[in-house]
Amino acid sequence: MDAELKPALIEYCIALGDDSVILGHRLSEWCRNGPFLEEDLALTNVSLDFIGRARMLYSHAAELEGAGRSEDDIAYLRDCREYRNLLIHELPNGDFAFTMARQFMIDVYDMAFFTELMQSQEPTLAAIAAKAVKESRYHLRRSEDWIKRLGDGTEVSHERVQAAFNQLWGYVNEMFSVSEQEQLLIDAGVAVDRSALQQNWHTAVQAVMLEATLETPDEDWTISGGREGIHTEHLGYLLAEMQFLQRAYPGQKW
Amino acid sequence: MVAIASNKVDTKALFELLGSVCDPEIPVLTLQDLGVLRDISVAGDEIIVTVTPTYAGCPALEVMSADIRTALTEAGFQQVTVKQQLSPAWTTDWMSASGREKLRAYGIAPPATTTCGPQSDRIECPQCGCDEIKVISEFGSTACKALYRCQDCLEPFDYFKCI
Ligand SMILES: [Zn+2]
Repeated sequence: MDAELKPALIEYCIALGDDSVILGHRLSEWCRNGPFLEEDLALTNVSLDFIGRARMLYSHAAELEGAGRSEDDIAYLRDCREYRNLLIHELPNGDFAFTMARQFMIDVYDMAFFTELMQSQEPTLAAIAAKAVKESRYHLRRSEDWIKRLGDGTEVSHERVQAAFNQLWGYVNEMFSVSEQEQLLIDAGVAVDRSALQQNWHTAVQAVMLEATLETPDEDWTISGGREGIHTEHLGYLLAEMQFLQRAYPGQKW
Repeated sequence: MVAIASNKVDTKALFELLGSVCDPEIPVLTLQDLGVLRDISVAGDEIIVTVTPTYAGCPALEVMSADIRTALTEAGFQQVTVKQQLSPAWTTDWMSASGREKLRAYGIAPPATTTCGPQSDRIECPQCGCDEIKVISEFGSTACKALYRCQDCLEPFDYFKCI
């Protein structure tokens, strides 16, 4: 690969790691708060998969960078403006319907994204993607099932999950907009052209929503900024909790 | 016992030694049964062991790596490096036949198919062998397992997912 692309590649790995670690942390907040025991276990297991995914991406970024930073430094010692996750990952969990609607939207996206990334010219990214796809397949099976159960369930569950999709819809466009730097990596066969995934994503999501008796939201607002480090007010609180230990006791180890 | 004194390290013997290290979460399975032990090589005084993670976030991998180091240290090797290799991605296809049988005897239904089509899994109750089963949760006590219930004997059981 072209050496000039290396900084962009490092940024790319960190941004993908940020998506994973932030959602992984959000899901971990459900630990002991799940609606019932099995669901508590499922949410935390999915959380672990995302945190593991982030570790692989951060380790790879740290290795490429070769500046002595570790995966932990990347996770714990950067502030909001340095985080590059897409905004949808950082939104507070809301109720269970909101968490599952968000999860479903991300699982459909991740399946498509990592399937494409398996073709990356960068072998480590392709290897991480191959693992991620296997896990996301299971995540999607579960979240899709929940959307159908909640949507086609009781009046209350239907209303709640419909409200969740309505609230989340404005964050969808950002998932498919490509930055200039990313375009360079796409041209080099390293990164995934996310804009090309949008149509299939809508088709897949709307098919499940239809079966779940849910309506496609007609929200016309849209927001973005995560990949540029411009976040919602929620990320700061999340990082304050996630990073507390390393900020208070620098270098502390298990 | 592995020969320590000789300059030539017998990697085959090391495979046997490390192959008998157990999975910390499913102690009836060895690393050999799981198929996570990918390579052992020697560079000077250093033993380099390559393992592949089952699930990206599986905490058992850290324990496995520590157990590998302990086993080699006890066998007299001072310099041990445990490396992770992601590609090719681990699959339950690598689980040995004896490993699958040990899982069943332990009360965990082994991965049902070898070619991974999660939709076509034919899962049997590890207690009574009945295949009328119902999924309780896609995720069980660990990421690698799902929770099912047998419709015949009514016992709940863990199923080791096909991945
Ligand atoms: Zn049974």
